[in-house]
Amino acid sequence: MTTPRHRLFLLLTAVEIAVVAGLVTRARGLAADSTVSLVPAKRAIAARLGLTDLAIWTEARYTRHPSQTDLFSPFQDFPSSFEHFPAGSVVGVPDLTGFRRPAATSED
Amino acid sequence: MRRHLKILEFALSSLWRRRFKNLAIVVVYAFVIAVLASILLMTDALRSEAVEILVGAPDLVVQRVAAGRHDLIPTDYATEIRALPGVGEVRPRYWGYYFDAFTESNLTFVGIDDEPPYELELLEGRLPSGPYECAVGEGVARVRATGVGHELTLISHDGLGVIFDVVGEFQSSSSILTNDLVVFRNADLAELFGFPEGRAVDLSVEVFNDAEVSTVAAKVKRIFPDTRPITRSEILRTYDAVFSWRSGMLLAVFAGALAAFCILAWDKATGISAEERREIGVLKALGWSTGDVLELKFWEGTAISLTAFLLGLIAALVHVVLLGASLLAPVIRGWSVLFPEFRFTPAISVYQLFVLGFLTVVPYVASTVAPSWKAAVTDPEEVMR
Repeated sequence: MTTPRHRLFLLLTAVEIAVVAGLVTRARGLAADSTVSLVPAKRAIAARLGLTDLAIWTEARYTRHPSQTDLFSPFQDFPSSFEHFPAGSVVGVPDLTGFRRPAATSED
Repeated sequence: MRRHLKILEFALSSLWRRRFKNLAIVVVYAFVIAVLASILLMTDALRSEAVEILVGAPDLVVQRVAAGRHDLIPTDYATEIRALPGVGEVRPRYWGYYFDAFTESNLTFVGIDDEPPYELELLEGRLPSGPYECAVGEGVARVRATGVGHELTLISHDGLGVIFDVVGEFQSSSSILTNDLVVFRNADLAELFGFPEGRAVDLSVEVFNDAEVSTVAAKVKRIFPDTRPITRSEILRTYDAVFSWRSGMLLAVFAGALAAFCILAWDKATGISAEERREIGVLKALGWSTGDVLELKFWEGTAISLTAFLLGLIAALVHVVLLGASLLAPVIRGWSVLFPEFRFTPAISVYQLFVLGFLTVVPYVASTVAPSWKAAVTDPEEVMR
């Protein structure tokens, strides 16, 4: 006698859910474990060296230090120039909403 | 309950009869889910890591802007800023970029003051404390084939070669912060880059009370209108935006996957085949109610979409958690010669998974059931003809 298909389906679904739960638990465990994520140690490096950005894209100033870049860095050679580096299209536009207005009109 | 299981059994048998077509749908559907979930998990991991690490960044960085661009700042600005209420240490920061012609890579040079500590947990050896000493990131050590106890030759601003002793090497686990770094004493870096006396790249300002940082920033801007103060919360917000799934190429990949899913769902929603219509007609003629037929279609849609969703999610979790997003990393790498190795520790929230499931499974099931409803309410004789 063959096993009904619905049992096989429910068993397969249960196994898949168990695998997802296992992977999520493992990921959350790794994220919470400071000996694996090393967040406090990395934070100590940032504090000691006064770092402001992650060392991910080294091709241009505005990709190496997105938080420190000046406002028209993407057009630093001439206005409306094409993007020079592929990473420029991966890095999102920095949030400039906090960029201050001239002192006379500043409400901060 | 028994009745539902029987209908499920019938739905699965019906899917099995068209197994190759349905298998193809599951594979494509799972692939789309895997791409969507990988992007969401990877950007979330990068964003949360950036935000957690950069809490250690300076409270306030004060740049000078001249002719609309970042310029060197006079170090005497520090005296006036230090006099503001609530402000602690104000340190000049010396840092800059160096194109290394030997390896055709861009390095970042950072200066530190002559105060301890010189040891860090993720640093093998120590930070430079004497003249002509430096500490290097793992990427720099690799491309320049150097390390603790070896030397690093660099070209100074006036074209002369300068030899530094490497006294420290950052471990690879810190490479997301230090991969392209070479750390010097401030005095050495100022000499190497030829910074004029009394000028620094920017100022790092300590503010005792986090709530007062933006007030101090506004005061600095008022005293020195040619400056641009950047608060730590702005740095964190920048990384929140930079690693958003809405950004750049990730959005392109994300949108492509989403479009593929929409086409898949649209294909299902725009009609059912003549064979499926005849099957519904036969079932109705055999005495199945409209509700039974809709339940059958519901189970068919659920079986396919749930299986595909879970398989896609497993693939995404394995890709991001166990393989470090090795397939997506080249997409975001760009032309960087020194690119850190990613070790993702995503803090996955169950909410995130439910949202992804809701946005993909529900539309597919709905698009399976909806067109069947029209056939199910039609007279069986007419449907079979």
